[in-house]
Amino acid sequence: MNGLSTISDAKSRDSLTIAGERVVCDQRGVLFFPDISLLAVSDLHLEKGSSFARRGAFLPPYDTAATLARLQQVVADHDPRVVVSLGDSFHDGAGAERLPGMFRQQVEALAAGRDWFWIAGNHDPDAPAGLPGESVRELQIGALSFRHEPSATVVEGEIAGHLHPCARIVQRGRSVRRRCFASDGHRIIMPAFGSFTGSLNVLDRAYTAMFRWERFFAYMLGRDRVFPIARTLLRPG
Amino acid sequence: MPPPFLKWFAERGWSPRAHQLGLLAQAQAGKSVLLIAPTGAGKTLAGFLPSLTALAQRPRRKAGEAYRGVHTLYISPLKALAVDIERNLGKPVSEMALPVAIETRTGDTPTHKRQRQKLVPPDILLTTPEQLALLLASSDARRFFEDLRYVVLDELHSLVTSKRGHLLALGLARLRKYVPDLQLIGLSATVAEPDDLRRWLVGQNPPGDMAELITVAGGAKPYITILESEERVPWAGHSARYAIPEVYQAIKQHQTTLLFVNTRSQAEMLFQELWRVNEDSLPIALHHGSLDVAQRRRVEKAMETNSLRAIVATSTLDLGIDWGDVDLVVHVGAPKGASRLAQRIGRSNHRMDEPSRAILVPANRFEVLECRAALEANYLGAQDTPPLVDGALDVLAQHVLGCACSAPFDTDELFEEIRAAAPYAGLDRDTFVRVIDFVATGGYSLRSYERYARIRQTREGKWRVTHPRIAQQYRLNVGTIVEAPYLNLRYVRSGKGASARGGPVLGKIEEGFLEQIAPGETFLFAGKVLRLEGIRETEAFVSNATGQDARIPVYAGGKFPLSTYLAEQVRGMLADPERWQALPEQVSDWLRIQRDKSVLPPRESLLVETFPRGNRFYMVAYPFEGRLAHQTLGMLLTRRLERAGADPLGFSATDYSLAVWGLKDMGQLFKAGRPTLGDLFDEDMLGDDLDAWLADSYLLKRTFRNCAIIAGLIERRHPGKEKSGRQVTVSADLIYDVLRSHEPDHILLQATRADAAAGLLDVRRLGEMLSRIRGRIMHRDLQQISPLAVPIMLEIGKERVNGDAGETLLSEAADLIEEAMGEN
Repeated sequence: MNGLSTISDAKSRDSLTIAGERVVCDQRGVLFFPDISLLAVSDLHLEKGSSFARRGAFLPPYDTAATLARLQQVVADHDPRVVVSLGDSFHDGAGAERLPGMFRQQVEALAAGRDWFWIAGNHDPDAPAGLPGESVRELQIGALSFRHEPSATVVEGEIAGHLHPCARIVQRGRSVRRRCFASDGHRIIMPAFGSFTGSLNVLDRAYTAMFRWERFFAYMLGRDRVFPIARTLLRPG
Repeated sequence: MPPPFLKWFAERGWSPRAHQLGLLAQAQAGKSVLLIAPTGAGKTLAGFLPSLTALAQRPRRKAGEAYRGVHTLYISPLKALAVDIERNLGKPVSEMALPVAIETRTGDTPTHKRQRQKLVPPDILLTTPEQLALLLASSDARRFFEDLRYVVLDELHSLVTSKRGHLLALGLARLRKYVPDLQLIGLSATVAEPDDLRRWLVGQNPPGDMAELITVAGGAKPYITILESEERVPWAGHSARYAIPEVYQAIKQHQTTLLFVNTRSQAEMLFQELWRVNEDSLPIALHHGSLDVAQRRRVEKAMETNSLRAIVATSTLDLGIDWGDVDLVVHVGAPKGASRLAQRIGRSNHRMDEPSRAILVPANRFEVLECRAALEANYLGAQDTPPLVDGALDVLAQHVLGCACSAPFDTDELFEEIRAAAPYAGLDRDTFVRVIDFVATGGYSLRSYERYARIRQTREGKWRVTHPRIAQQYRLNVGTIVEAPYLNLRYVRSGKGASARGGPVLGKIEEGFLEQIAPGETFLFAGKVLRLEGIRETEAFVSNATGQDARIPVYAGGKFPLSTYLAEQVRGMLADPERWQALPEQVSDWLRIQRDKSVLPPRESLLVETFPRGNRFYMVAYPFEGRLAHQTLGMLLTRRLERAGADPLGFSATDYSLAVWGLKDMGQLFKAGRPTLGDLFDEDMLGDDLDAWLADSYLLKRTFRNCAIIAGLIERRHPGKEKSGRQVTVSADLIYDVLRSHEPDHILLQATRADAAAGLLDVRRLGEMLSRIRGRIMHRDLQQISPLAVPIMLEIGKERVNGDAGETLLSEAADLIEEAMGEN
C-alpha cells in the first residue's frame, strides 16, 4: 500500500490510498475522500488583503471573494457531507471579525447541511467568531488524522497543511513551478488554497524528515488534472 | 572669473575653454544650461565653475552665524561616479585653497555622517537620485535646501530615459518650489534630441520653456575598423569565438584594451576564451555588475594604476568614469546603437584631441552588416539615443507619498508643481487624483480600506500621513531600481551540497538563471567554471569545477535591441549592392546568393518568404526592428494564423527577422488570400489581439511586480528578511491575477500596461513598422530555405510560444514516470 502501487493499480493519476482510505487529489487544490464524503481544504488565509492593509500595504481587497468563489465551486462539485478546513483559515486572529457580511453569509450557505470543521492554525488559533461549524485542534476519523502543522517525522495517515508545498521541474530548459500535494503514500501535506498565499518548495529543509523520500511524489496542480512527479525530477527554488 | 581661478589656470599653462567660459557666463546671467560635450572635454570642471566661483566670492561664515544650507547639489547615476568626482574636484579646490566643503552622500554613507550632514551641510553635496528623494521626504527638507543655488546633473542622457529620471524630475520640481530661481546645469553626451533635455532641465510653466544650450563639437574622429578574420564568420550565434586569436593579437599590440560586450554571459565567455589562448599570461580582468563589489573595486584600482593589459566589461563601464590610459576599445558583438558605440569608443584615449581607436568584432553575418552600418553612422555623427517617455505613474505614487512624509500637501498645489516636471507635463488631473487615492487607500473601487488610510485629508483639505510608521516604510521603499531576485553565490568545497556553510561570496546571480540549472551542472561566473552544489534560501553554493566544460547559459540575444536608426542603415545597405564592397567577401557572397535564389529585402518594404522544410511549413519575415518588437509581432502573428487555420506551432525572433512555422502551407494560404499578407500584418493587431495576449503574458506579470514595488503596494525583498520562508511572502503574480479579474482598470494595471508597451514589447516601434509597410509587403513563395533565412532557422528550437507550454512540460515529466512504471 503505497503511492507507487496505487498509481499503477488504479490507472488513475490523481488518486491514492492513505491509511486504507481512498483519496482524490483535485487539481484545484482540495482533497476529496469519496468513501466518507469528506472534503479537505487547507490554508484559506481569508482576509489576508485586509490584514496587510492594516499595516499600510494595500493588497487588492478581493482575495476573500476569489478564495470563497473557488471554494464554493469545489464544494458544489463534490457535494461533501463533511468539510474540514485545515487551519490558517483566516490570515490573522481578527480576520473572522473583519469578514464582511456578504462573505459571512456565503460561508453559512456553504456549511448548511454539512458537518463543517475549523481546525486551529498558527495564524488563527481561536475559533472563528460567529461562523457555523465546530472548532477543533485536531480531527481523527478512522485511521486518518487531520491537523494544521504536519508532524516532524514520518507518520501514517496524517493530512496536514501549513507549509504551502510547491514543486518545480525543469524540462527542456524551461522551469515550471506549481503548488502541489506532497505525499509518500503514508501522509499528505496539502497545498495552500488562499488566493494570495505563497508557497515553499518541497525540497526545502522543512520537509526533510517528514517523508519516505524513495516513495515521494509531488502531485503538481495543472489546469485540468494533477501531475504526479517523482522526487528525482524535482528541483529546488 | 575670480583671481584665484585665473591664477590656477595660468600656473598650469592652461586657459579656460570656450564652453567653460560660456557656461559660466550663462549661469551668472541666472540661466539653466545644458552642456553637450564628448568625453575628455573638461565637462565636469565646466559644470562646477559657476558654483566654485560663487562659493569663492561668498563671505566667510562667521562664528555664530545662522545655519547655511547646501549651495550646490551634484547628482549622478552611479555611486562610483560621485566618489570619483569628489576626488577630481577636490584637487583644484585644494590647489586654489577655496573655502569649499565637498562631501558625498550615498547608500554607503554611514549614519553618523548623514546626521552630521543634516546639521552642518557641506557646500557641495555629491549624491544620487535616490538620496535626493530621501532628503526631500524628511520634515526639515525645506530648511536643508533653501540656500540651494545650483544643481549639477551628470550623465544626464542616461538618467532621463529611465524611471530614475522620472523620480529625479519630480524631486527637482520640489526643489524649484523651495527655491524658485534655482539653476540647473545638465552635462550630457551627444543625444538625438537636445531640446528634450533642455525642457527637462527647467520648469514647464509655461510649457515648452528650455534651458540654454552649449554644444562642444566632437574631437578627433575615431579610427574604427571591423575585425577581418581568416575564419568563417558564423551564420548565427553571439559568441564570436572564431575571432579570439585575432582579438588576442590586438590586445598584445596595445597598451591597455577595453573589451565591451552586451551581456554578462558574453563577458564570461569572452574572458574564459581569452585566458585559454593567453600564452603570455597578460593581466586580463573581468568587470560586470553581478560580481562582488570588492572584486570590482580591485579591478577598478588595477585599471587606475595601469597594471592591466585588458579588461572585459559590460555596460557597468559605459558611464564617464575615468580609468587609466586605454588605447584600444574592442567591441565584441554588434553595438546595437550608434550612440552607444560612440560612447563606448569614447572610453579610449580620454583626451578629446586624439583619435580613439576601436575594433568591432561581429559575432555573425547580420552583425557584420550592423557593425558596418554603425561604423558609417559614427563617422557621420548620427545619434539614436532613445526618445523620452511620459513619466510613470508608479514613480509618481512613490513621490506623492514622499511629499506627504515631508509636509502636508494640497492637491491643487502639488498638481501644479508636478506638471512643471517635464515627464509629467501631460498629466491630467483625474489621473493625478487617482494616484493620490492609490497612495491613500490602494485606489480600489471596493472602498474597504478607508480606515487603514496611509494619508488622509485634514479639515483644511491637506493630505498628511496618518502615522510615523508610514514614513519609515517609505524610506525602506524609496527608489525605482527593482532588482530581479538575486541569490548570493558562495564558494564551498565540492560535494557539500545544500548543507554547505560559509565560504566567500563570489557575487550575485539571477534566480531565474539558476532555475535552469540542476545541482551538479556547471556554468561560468567570475571567469571560473563553477558547479552548482545546492541552493538554500537566498544562497547558492558552488564549487570549483576546473577542467570541465561549463554549461553556458542559453543566450537569448543582445540585451539592447537594435536601434531604429541602425535598422534603417542595415536595410539601406542590403538594398544597395554598391555598398557591399565594404563587406567581407563571404558576407557579400551570401547576399548575392540571396538575390539569385529569392530577393533582397527592399529598403521601405517588408520581405516575407514562405517555404517547406521537413514536414513543416515556414514563414520568415525581415522587418529589422529589433528583437523586442519581433517577439511581440511573433506572438500576434501566431494568434492570427491560428484563427486563419494555419496551425502555427511556434515562432522565433532575432534582431533582424522572425520565423513562424506550422503544419499548413502558409505560402498557399497567402496566395489564396486566406488571409492576405496585408490582412495578416494589418495594424489592427495592436488592438484586441494585443490586449488579449498581454493579459496572460508572463512579461506583464514581471512588469507588474516592478510597478507594485515602486508604487509601494508590495515591499521590497530586504536581505536577511527572507529567511522566514517563502510561503509567508505575497506573490506579485497572485496579486496580479486577482487584480486583473476584479479590477482590470486599476491604476497600477494601467501603469503596468504603459510600461510593457514602451519597454518589453516595443509596441510603438512595431506600430511604426506596420504603418510603414502597409501595402508594401513582398511575398516570395520558395521551394526551399533562402540564404537570408538560415540565421533565424538556426535559432529555432530555443523558444516555444504555446500558451499551454507549462502544462505540456508537466505532462511530459509525468509521462516519464508512467513509462518507468509500465516497465515495472
